[in-house]
Amino acid sequence: MRYLTKVERHCRGIVTAVALAVLFAASAMAQAQEPIKIGLVAALSGGSAKSGEGITRGLTIAIDEINAAGGLLGGRKLELVSRDDESNPSKGQLAARELIDQQKVAVVFGGIDSPVALAIVQIASQAKVPFFSVWAAATPITRNGMNPNFAFRVSAVDLLVDKALTNYAMKTYQAKKLGLILVNNPWGESNEKGLATATKERGIALAGVEKFEEGDVDMVAQLTRLKSDGADALILVGNAAPGAQVMKSLQRTGWSVPVVSHWGISGGRFTELAGPMAQKVTFVQTYSFFGPQNAVGQKVLAELKAKYPDIKGPGDVVPPVGVANAYDAMHLVALAIAKAGSTDGDKMRQALEALDRYEGLIKTYDHPFSPENHDALNENDYVMVHYVGARIEPVTN
Amino acid sequence: MLITLALVSGLGLGSMYGLLALGFYVTYSVSNTVNFAQGSSMMLGAVLCYSFAVTLGWNPAVSVVLALVLCAGWGMIVERIAVRPFARRGSNGWLMATVALGIIVENVTLFTFGKEPRNYPSVLADTPLDIAGIPVLPLQLVIPAAGLVVAGLLHLLARRTGFGKALLAITQNPGAARLMGIDVGRAIAVSYAVSTVFAGIAGILIAPLFNVSSDMGTLFGIKAFAVAIVGGITSAWGVVLAGFCYGLLEALITALLGSTYTQILTFAAVILALALMPNGLLGTAGTRKV
Repeated sequence: MRYLTKVERHCRGIVTAVALAVLFAASAMAQAQEPIKIGLVAALSGGSAKSGEGITRGLTIAIDEINAAGGLLGGRKLELVSRDDESNPSKGQLAARELIDQQKVAVVFGGIDSPVALAIVQIASQAKVPFFSVWAAATPITRNGMNPNFAFRVSAVDLLVDKALTNYAMKTYQAKKLGLILVNNPWGESNEKGLATATKERGIALAGVEKFEEGDVDMVAQLTRLKSDGADALILVGNAAPGAQVMKSLQRTGWSVPVVSHWGISGGRFTELAGPMAQKVTFVQTYSFFGPQNAVGQKVLAELKAKYPDIKGPGDVVPPVGVANAYDAMHLVALAIAKAGSTDGDKMRQALEALDRYEGLIKTYDHPFSPENHDALNENDYVMVHYVGARIEPVTN
Repeated sequence: MLITLALVSGLGLGSMYGLLALGFYVTYSVSNTVNFAQGSSMMLGAVLCYSFAVTLGWNPAVSVVLALVLCAGWGMIVERIAVRPFARRGSNGWLMATVALGIIVENVTLFTFGKEPRNYPSVLADTPLDIAGIPVLPLQLVIPAAGLVVAGLLHLLARRTGFGKALLAITQNPGAARLMGIDVGRAIAVSYAVSTVFAGIAGILIAPLFNVSSDMGTLFGIKAFAVAIVGGITSAWGVVLAGFCYGLLEALITALLGSTYTQILTFAAVILALALMPNGLLGTAGTRKV
């Protein structure tokens, strides 16, 4: 074994340096082509499957637009990775963990079920990955007292929805004694608090608060009690299947009372399950594809018609909430990633809180988030709708 | 008014529990085994009828008959693969095997039919009749009537027909029955078919009220088994009586206390009933003559 000469040692050094540089460049290029994964944990099966379908469509349309414009962070394409939470908080938590730890998603979008969203917020905050609710409306999802707060929302907030529902009942039906019929879970409780606050602010009374379980089929007892308590309007909070059973039970009691509902019923086959009683409910949405659309609305509607053959007109976008909220949320996330220059969770959070202006579908967002407020929509963005046949149309009054 | 409405829906539910429990009674009395896939069989009846009548749009009467025929076939399959291999060897493996078959059929339905609850439209469940100021759906009257008719038919079959007498003979002494030329194996298969047909009838009757979904039968099956035990699984009328009692109790608790407490209190009542009457309402302790 002979010692290397000076020249040979230098040559070795240069070759090693070049080799390493090439390796780094290659891996950097591979990184650049690696897609940015966008996670979605929502109800893709079961009674609220339609909500998961709407959210998926909204996200997909937005992702297609962003990819067609060249992707993010130097050409990286976005890729949607979905998991079914089956409306079950434990399954939602497992899915969120898998997406964050194994799929390494940049953000987790949530679905319709507030109990699931509340469970995922804990995990996302621990892992410092932003969680975006595009439907679940329970107030504590974003107003969770955490600092830093990784939960954001482009959707209704129960506290504000309850104000809107109360105002609508008072204005349209001159209601003075509201009867509440709510699902017995954290979402129902969030609304119980919200409605108590809203009715107290407006100075009207609550006739009674009745609860039902998600799987119940007979609510005649609860409705009979509300009737004997003198309720002159009902506020319904529940998903499509139990909500439909409430309406069927209402039909059986023969009680003619106006029903104003939260939007849970629009997440499933409400008109099929409730039959003709479905037309009697007025409920809230954050967007409607009916009426004159802004430029973004026309573009999105055209893209929906092109991609999904079952959508031939605004009435076929059922439910509009999932699609519209998810579309705007995805674009806001993309703007934040671009602003932060990376998919690092904490940087994204700060970028989201500092976003300026985005002309979106639901509205033009001006500083949608701040460190104190993680809800992009407020009560001025809600629209009251009802079912006409199987289509969701705004009420005209 | 609240109580009356509760009684009406309680009678309907109760007769359904009784019908399912009769299925347990039939198989137990003939073979000392039960079909723990009874809840899933009920779901199968509803799903099949829905698929024929609504998805394929066939004539409703034809759909019902076809669904029940398929339920009978399913019962014979359950007996053949989940009960006979174990019962022949004197093993209790049929307990788990029937449970497993129930889970399998539920999941197959989940993948093919979907997990979304679907509405089964029926003219009997549309507009409520006004009976003395109480709104009652026609279906809520048909259900208990159908339950009683089926129980009555079973009674007549057992007492008046030759086949029924053969079943009674097998119940009393299978060995002697075999020696007298009665085909015990075939009788057991038929009893399983009968039990799943009962379950199918129950499923089809409540489908317009309860919505059709792949998991509609699970809790029903558990409650029906509790009803069968409380009624005394060796007595047909005991089982029917227990079904009515359970249904009424469930409806009254829901009406007076709210549905949050229903399961807790009804199952607590089951435990209490069994503690006080271990052989059930009308059952008798079996004696073994050595």
